Amino acid sequence: MAQPTDRFYTKEHEWVKIDGARALIGITEHAQNALGDIVYVELPKIGASLEQGKPIGVVESVKAVSDIFAPISGTVTEVNSSVVDDPAKVNGDPFGDGWLVKIDVADAGQSKQLLDAAAYDVVVQAESH
Amino acid sequence: MTNATEERTALYGTHVRLGAKMSPFGGFLMPIQYSGIIDEHRAVRTAVGMFDLSHMGQFVLTGEGVPEWLDTLTVNEVATMRPGQARYNVFTNDSGGALDDTIIYRLPSHWLVVVNASNSAKMWAWLNGGAGKPNGISIDDRTARSALIALQGPRSIELLQPLTSVDLKSIKYYHAVDGVVDGVKAEIARTGYTGEDGFELFIAASDAERLWDKLTAEGPRVGLRPAGLGARDVLRLEAGMPLYGHELDETITPLQAGLDWAVKLDKPGFVGKQALVDQRSRGGYDRIAGLIMDGRAPARAGYQVFVGDIAAGEIRSGSPAPALGGKNIATALVSSDAAAPGTEIEVEIRGQRHPAHVVTLPFYKRSR
Repeated sequence: MAQPTDRFYTKEHEWVKIDGARALIGITEHAQNALGDIVYVELPKIGASLEQGKPIGVVESVKAVSDIFAPISGTVTEVNSSVVDDPAKVNGDPFGDGWLVKIDVADAGQSKQLLDAAAYDVVVQAESH
Repeated sequence: MTNATEERTALYGTHVRLGAKMSPFGGFLMPIQYSGIIDEHRAVRTAVGMFDLSHMGQFVLTGEGVPEWLDTLTVNEVATMRPGQARYNVFTNDSGGALDDTIIYRLPSHWLVVVNASNSAKMWAWLNGGAGKPNGISIDDRTARSALIALQGPRSIELLQPLTSVDLKSIKYYHAVDGVVDGVKAEIARTGYTGEDGFELFIAASDAERLWDKLTAEGPRVGLRPAGLGARDVLRLEAGMPLYGHELDETITPLQAGLDWAVKLDKPGFVGKQALVDQRSRGGYDRIAGLIMDGRAPARAGYQVFVGDIAAGEIRSGSPAPALGGKNIATALVSSDAAAPGTEIEVEIRGQRHPAHVVTLPFYKRSR
């Protein structure tokens, strides 16, 4: 499927939507589908420093534990407590209501190391075959 | 992920056509889930789930003295089995550890020993080589020629009865008969490993796809869902049933796994008997305990568990349990003093301790 074009992606299936100095982070449709029923989400604390490429939390399905990696560096300003209470939201709307954390971006230039929608689509296609 | 060396069951194409997520398991490429583990779990607990278990090893034993010989290799009684009976059993090594857990069926013309896929080659070698097989006994590995379709759930009988002239009500739990299902010759067994009523159909591999499709076509009237090994693992864990490689292995004895009911130490000599007699008389051995997590983080196999500051063992299986409202359940191999129901225990998850408590197994028992 086509990926939303208003954000960047990692090979590990996170997305980041950058809006000036702020950014929203989540996992992709492909990631939620590969995991299956998501039953537990563990997110960083507000104020935590995230370093690009380092684990920031976990998403667990019935059978699997999957790390979430920071697509870019920054400081956590908000976490989506509604997905902690109802992890199935990540299955239902991974690009929308199932977002995970909001951050203050440390270096927007890091997005150059990420994939755009078309490049991420190639990754997904390759994994699906 | 896919490896060319993995085998495929006769239903492989069917699973792919149904969009199942396929994954290597026990040397086969098997469906892990179709519609989703929770949905499939619900179908088994309330309606019917249909599983392809053709990866499991099927050994047919014939000849004089089969039950007496099997009695020398296993912890439960074989020779006392009546025709048509099935019984859970464990093959043990000299130290009482489990070589495999199995269901042995006594059918009219032969004995059928069903082994775990991951242990098929080992058990084939053991039965034909190391186990002192008497000359008059022959063993046929019919796995590749056979298929095994399991229907599990309270409405299984409703689904299956119109397709067979066998009176399914007359088959008692853990019994089996020869029959025909929709024109397909089948050994029909009222067995399973989900904690629900259900039937397992042993058929020729060449009939598998047609029978699966027929059952699927009949399925909507009883809420049938195809179910994968993911749901099966959650179901058997809720029902407190051991999974080889988790609650049982060559270093874990059936006594440690809590299978005392299946260990007949008054039976004449069998491989590992002395070790089990010694273990029981000494007591104080590590054993499998059931845990319920008090918080929301799932426990997973390999996590360490503690009582106070003392390392007490490790998690062997863990999962959210839909039958317990999504609470996280687990089994842990722990020291005997940590295994008592009610014990407060902690599970270390990513460097943090999470409280849990020990409960009596099983976690889930169906109402009959």
